[in-house]
Amino acid sequence: MSIVELGRFQFAMTTIYHYFFVPFSIGTGLVVAIMETMYVITKKDKYLKMTKFWGNIFLLSFAVGVVTGIIQEFQFGMNWSAYSRFVGDIFGAPLAVEALLAFFMESTFLGLWIFTWKMVSPKLHVTFMWIVTLASSLSALWILAANSFMQHPVGYTIKDGHAVMTSFSALLKNPQLWYEFGHVIAAAVVTGGIIITGLSAFQLLKKKIENPDFYKQSLHIGLLVALFGSIAVLTAGDLQMKELVKEQPMKFAATEGLYKNSGDPASWTLVAWANENGHKRVWGVEVPYVLSILAYDEPSGSVKGMNAINKQLVKEYGNRNYYPPVNTLFWSFRIMAGFGTLMLLVSLLGLFFTRKKNQLLYRQKWMLWILGLCTFTPFLANTTGWLVTELGRYPWTVYGLFTIKQSISPNVSVASLLISNIVYFLLFTGIGVTMISLVVRELRKGPDYEEKLDEQEKRAARIDPFDKEAFE
Amino acid sequence: MSGLQLLWFILIAVLFSGFFFLEGFDFGVGMAVQSLTHNENEKDQIVATIGPVWDGNEVWLITAGGALFASYPFWYATLFSGYYLILLMILTGLIIRGVSFEFRKNVPAKQKQFWNWTLSIGSLIVPFFFGVMFISMIKGMPIDAHGDMSATFGDYINLFSLVGGIAVVLLSYLHGLNYIALKTTGPIRNRAKNYAKFLYGVLYLGLVAFAVLMYFNTDFFELHFATTLGLLILIVVLTIVANIAVMKDAEITTFVASGATFVALVALIFTGMFPRVMISSINSKYDLLITNSSSSPYTLKIMSYVAITFLPLVLAYFAWTYYIFRRRVKHAPVMETK
Repeated sequence: MSIVELGRFQFAMTTIYHYFFVPFSIGTGLVVAIMETMYVITKKDKYLKMTKFWGNIFLLSFAVGVVTGIIQEFQFGMNWSAYSRFVGDIFGAPLAVEALLAFFMESTFLGLWIFTWKMVSPKLHVTFMWIVTLASSLSALWILAANSFMQHPVGYTIKDGHAVMTSFSALLKNPQLWYEFGHVIAAAVVTGGIIITGLSAFQLLKKKIENPDFYKQSLHIGLLVALFGSIAVLTAGDLQMKELVKEQPMKFAATEGLYKNSGDPASWTLVAWANENGHKRVWGVEVPYVLSILAYDEPSGSVKGMNAINKQLVKEYGNRNYYPPVNTLFWSFRIMAGFGTLMLLVSLLGLFFTRKKNQLLYRQKWMLWILGLCTFTPFLANTTGWLVTELGRYPWTVYGLFTIKQSISPNVSVASLLISNIVYFLLFTGIGVTMISLVVRELRKGPDYEEKLDEQEKRAARIDPFDKEAFE
Repeated sequence: MSGLQLLWFILIAVLFSGFFFLEGFDFGVGMAVQSLTHNENEKDQIVATIGPVWDGNEVWLITAGGALFASYPFWYATLFSGYYLILLMILTGLIIRGVSFEFRKNVPAKQKQFWNWTLSIGSLIVPFFFGVMFISMIKGMPIDAHGDMSATFGDYINLFSLVGGIAVVLLSYLHGLNYIALKTTGPIRNRAKNYAKFLYGVLYLGLVAFAVLMYFNTDFFELHFATTLGLLILIVVLTIVANIAVMKDAEITTFVASGATFVALVALIFTGMFPRVMISSINSKYDLLITNSSSSPYTLKIMSYVAITFLPLVLAYFAWTYYIFRRRVKHAPVMETK
């Protein structure tokens, strides 16, 4: 194994793992903020109970998100020092701004939110949660500003072999950034909504359940959030794809498994398998007109295939292989878009079958099972979405400017990379197992757990260490 | 050297100072969880003193890292790729410690002890390896003409860097003890002070060893005699102040003095390095300098606007948070089970 392969593996492993928890915490954080707002407005205890119960699951995901996030910032310097030198003048700035503007706010106000239940007014308390949600979204904005530069470099010039920033505002006006941001935030909203829906559904499937109304209402809120997010995510994804046809035609052609130029109008491939070494499609099922509509919003227009694009790229950037891993991209895209659409349908139908007149969903186990299993779909969709975005940029780290091979730290050994890969893998496994078992434990305890404790146990559990009584 | 380059050199020092001042006591409290307490209630009590703030304190490190990347990309690239396995240890420590806060709160009672240990061990690993990193850095590391470091075990781990690592652990532990004394009631408050009284004696020995090793292992006294000596004296004076204050039960003074020790230590490192940011042990021609490692003037200007606008805001809500959580966390006696 080469250092480039190991470095890429590490980047994939650490970012995918980190990204399990990022949309999880942004999304559930939003739902928790909504629940607490409903508590502040209606003053009904059930919403307070919801806030605390789902808030605890949010906090678990947040904790894992934070610790796995530190690796990301360190990783650029550790594994990709040549990249860091090449692009640091531009890439470092959004990272620093992210920390200064978003991370400080997020962590400080989350600390306030966790520990001030009895110290401040409910209105101020819910404000803390909204600030956390805002700060999380801001952090997404800045890290995506950095990623957008890698996808579509703007506002720079090359000086002494390094990219140098010429316009900070150009970084923020990068159209790629706003497509990515819309897509990512909407996906996080769906993730939050679906997780709360799905976990509630699993609870409702249990034979003995103490507080079914609690989960029914949580499920309903989750579905509403998921519906809203799904519509947004499909819209953002569609817009992003239309930009992709122009900006990164190779990525687009690969997600469609298109080696030869399409005819006019272009047919869309539903399923296919490619012979990647032979640069041709082995088999596929096509639907006429659809690709033209997806790419140009009209039933005409052809799409360039990878073979033609490769020739063009060779002419423009020199002789190397520009074909990304086609089958991975093709299927990743279909998993992402398929689950995205599924979640839209599920939330729409879910809301229909839980409407006041006819709550069929709660009586049909199979429906609850579908909702429950949907808990896992946002994770798959989020991961495959990033696989398309990142693998599709192959062979570049910064599109058109700097390649993956050029980016690796020249002084890092195979042994070091192997050790760090193993360490991260073990840490991630341990943390993942604990995290899942704690979410299950939280679900088992249920929302009424605190009430059932007697006074002594409550003190022992030190539910609120900054309770007034806790002070002299 | 431009004014902006100097400003960012200072700002990086400020961010690391902020990190050690604030996160230093979090590490100390973390270590104290398994070394100072007598029962689970006391563990919960001292963890509660840092519960609301540790995560925000850690962001000082993330910001320092981000700012280093943005303002000195060549320094960032050389440092981070060169200290690969050291940083892996630091990351491991930060990860196992970071999840411990949430996990120990939620796991079944039997598993809680495990996460108490990860909290303590993580809190020990991080300051130790930061000490090793910064102290071996000022001695000089094998950096070649391309700015790439290819160091061997002895470059990272030697007597000087080990003393540095232990010193930073000791300073963090003391800072944590002083914080516990300031933020708790009950038996642990006095126990923290008693531990501190003893450990200040040990710290004097460490400081003398450190100063002597610094004389033989760095060029700080040759290049910056006045500031190096001045800051070393300041560190000793701050230690004496903290030592006297802890004897007199002046908890705030003790805490401020132990925090200021970190600031003085970071200042010692940064002034000694000046005008270099990384020292090459192969050839001084290969040193990374403030002048040749920074970002472009434009990027530094933008980053300065950002820092000037938002750093005061951050400091304001940090101050407010500490004000909100200004009270002591009460001791909860162990109750007899029925």
